[in-house]
Amino acid sequence: MSPESKHLEVTLETHVESVNIAEEMCLRVAEAAGFAEEECYRIGMSVREGVINAFHYGNQERPEKKIYLAVELSDSKMTIHVVDEGKGFNLREVPDPLAEENLLSTSGRGIFLMRAFMDEFNVVPGRTGGAEIIMSKNLPAPGSQSPNGQGKSGGGSATPSQEA
Amino acid sequence: MTLRATYRDAGPVTVVDMSGRITLGDGSALLRKTLLDLLGQKRTRILLNLADVDYIDSSGIGELVSGYTSVNSHGGELKLLHLTKKIHDLLQITRLFTVFEVHSDEHTALRSFR
Repeated sequence: MSPESKHLEVTLETHVESVNIAEEMCLRVAEAAGFAEEECYRIGMSVREGVINAFHYGNQERPEKKIYLAVELSDSKMTIHVVDEGKGFNLREVPDPLAEENLLSTSGRGIFLMRAFMDEFNVVPGRTGGAEIIMSKNLPAPGSQSPNGQGKSGGGSATPSQEA
Repeated sequence: MTLRATYRDAGPVTVVDMSGRITLGDGSALLRKTLLDLLGQKRTRILLNLADVDYIDSSGIGELVSGYTSVNSHGGELKLLHLTKKIHDLLQITRLFTVFEVHSDEHTALRSFR
């Protein structure tokens, strides 16, 4: 890492809310780093999917286990690490969600989305014995894009209604 | 943002207007509950209006697919209406455009049901 690199690390509970916390945290870093709205969306989505993977597949939703999230910002890219306390997995054994026989699968698209949305993506054995997802996005060239947040829109309502 | 789901009858079709985010946790759970409620009421022709859904993650995608297969198994049809660009792109890269029937006009969508 260069002397100008910034590093942020947080330990998250194995809880659904951790997915939102991680996404929000990384979105703020991405916005501050100058990524445009579309890239922020892709980074945020990738972080969500990484933490969902750790929460569900890695830690098996067991609350005593932790999820470790680290964000590094160098002069060329933003790198995100998501480490779980599971048993790890081999990337080559993950089924292809685009294969005809998997199209109607209700799970298994998270890894695909991270790969599609980030510039670099890999899974290695983590220091905890679980999986460590490492993904990065190249920073926009200086002056090429303006910082922008992720848009959110509202919606109407009618009856009967349900709310989450 | 909280997910909201409301539904209305349009002839034999039930239109579900959703707004917010369909993500892991409450959002996905609400989509599942809404579809199960409708199937429980024998409403099997369902048009999901996603005009105000601005975000879906892999959990939400999984729930859409699950809903699609559930409705099909009840002899019904589940179709999608008014996708935002982000969700359109997401369904495209995951090849789910080949699974779901997607419409951009409600009248056309309603007429397309058997």
